[in-house]
Amino acid sequence: MTNPNKSAVQLEGITVRFGDYTAVENVSFEVGEGEFVAIVGPTGCGKSTLLSVVAGLLLPTSGEIRTFNEATKGLNRWVGYLFQQDALLPWKTALDNVAIGLIFRQVPTQEARQQAQEWLAKVGLKGFENYYPHQLSGGMKKRVGLAQILILNPKILLMDEPFSALDVQTRNLMENELLRLWQEDRKSVLFVTHDLEEAVALTDRVLVLSAGPASKLMGEFTIPLSRPRDVAEIRLTDKFLEIHREIWHILRGEVLKSYAQNF
Amino acid sequence: MPKISKLHLYQIGLFVGSLFVWEGLVRAKIADAFFFSMPSSIFLRLAEWLIKGDIYRHLSITFIETLSAFVMGTGLGIGIGLWLALAPKALKVLEPYIKAFNAIPRVVLAPIFTLWFGLGMISKVALGVTLVFFLAFFNTYQGIREVNPVILANARMLGASRSQLLRHVYLPSTAGWIISSLRSSIGFAVVGAVVGEYLGSSAGLGYLIAQAEGVFDTTGVFAGMTLLVVFVLILDSVVNQVERHILAWRPSGT
Ligand SMILES: Nc1ncnc2c1ncn2[C@@H]1O[C@H](COP(=O)(O)OP(=O)(O)OP(=O)(O)O)[C@@H](O)[C@H]1O
Ligand SMILES: [Mg+2]
Repeated sequence: MTNPNKSAVQLEGITVRFGDYTAVENVSFEVGEGEFVAIVGPTGCGKSTLLSVVAGLLLPTSGEIRTFNEATKGLNRWVGYLFQQDALLPWKTALDNVAIGLIFRQVPTQEARQQAQEWLAKVGLKGFENYYPHQLSGGMKKRVGLAQILILNPKILLMDEPFSALDVQTRNLMENELLRLWQEDRKSVLFVTHDLEEAVALTDRVLVLSAGPASKLMGEFTIPLSRPRDVAEIRLTDKFLEIHREIWHILRGEVLKSYAQNF
Repeated sequence: MPKISKLHLYQIGLFVGSLFVWEGLVRAKIADAFFFSMPSSIFLRLAEWLIKGDIYRHLSITFIETLSAFVMGTGLGIGIGLWLALAPKALKVLEPYIKAFNAIPRVVLAPIFTLWFGLGMISKVALGVTLVFFLAFFNTYQGIREVNPVILANARMLGASRSQLLRHVYLPSTAGWIISSLRSSIGFAVVGAVVGEYLGSSAGLGYLIAQAEGVFDTTGVFAGMTLLVVFVLILDSVVNQVERHILAWRPSGT
């Protein structure tokens, strides 16, 4: 495929049905080691469904997933999953939320908290250790969620529209921070978004899903923009606009189709 | 010094006002003292009881019965609620029996328990347990069912084992339901104890009220009821404290 590296996740002929409803049909793609890949597609096309399949939370109706060239059974232990919805434990402070994965792995509480403190600082939340989730803003909660996952150092990161609820400024800020964190150790990332601009600005490759039901993979675009990038500046370059236009040409039709079906 | 707010003033005013109206109506012979007694007589009776000291035995017996029924009933209810919520197969087998048991009006069990366990405390505790158990059970069960599936999935992805899920997700998430069941459970435990005593016993608040009623001593009935109210209010405030402590993470105002 387009990626010369070794494969981290490989989906082959994934079909998911909920009763009579076919959400995604025969989807195959691959995410290379250290590769940053986006999935875009109109709402309800099955993006979250695909992430659940990769995470091992949802068993596909047919098809196969391989993670680091091994068939994935049960929960995918290579994966950190940042959910689309709020998923922090509301009864734990930010610090304990970040520490919880280590606690689950029997790391002594003291040490887990120590590391959690460092991770909170890394995502820019120093001083918010003792806040409960309901006392944090949407963007802060996403940061805690990110730290909660990154502290476990997963090889593969699944992110489901992490920034879609944020205002543009916060969003650019968080996108840049994400790139900075990713640059440190280059995890494989599968990043779901509605927003094509975000997808192009962040990733190495963009996968386009068709409108549901029975969404298929419509296209696959390599993003030849150099790194490190600044998400706000790169949007102004000619190359960005050219790639964006090319993908939008395909995506637009699907969004209109989805719109026509649902409204 | 805690400041007494306007609201408190109204509340106290309403209480004192009603007592005065009551007293006045009876003294003016508009209401019959035989049926309605009078706040002043009730107060005197309470003072007499508390000075004579006999009352403490009754109070402590009712207290022990209430506490035993509460602890056993909620313990069993929470335990079995957790177990059935996490073991759906067992639930399917037991469901009709649970529904059937819960449909029995508990008062009719009182004579049977007296037959089985005698006139002493055990029959009252048993009655209280049947009342408290179902409340704790249904609330726990419901709480577990309504655990946010996304939070659950997140904890699983973060590597939680079954027992860790129980401790870090199910229990805290159910805490609100369990606590709200505690508050009503205390009331039910008191009902179990007092009704049991009322229907047949030789001690306790319920017995006291039944005795007074038997000789048409309205003052005694009201005095017993007053004690009962104070008793429940104190227990309730204890549960309140516990609730505040356990649910500290919640946004205030909800
Ligand atoms: N558990 C489920 N049971 C039944 N249908 C489901 C279930 N989960 C998802 N679906 C359906 O599958 C389709 C894809 O859902 P999914 O959540 O994957 O969409 P999405 O692409 O993530 O949408 P969005 O961008 O709005 O988050 C939708 O039509 C949805 O109604
Ligand atoms: Mg989604």
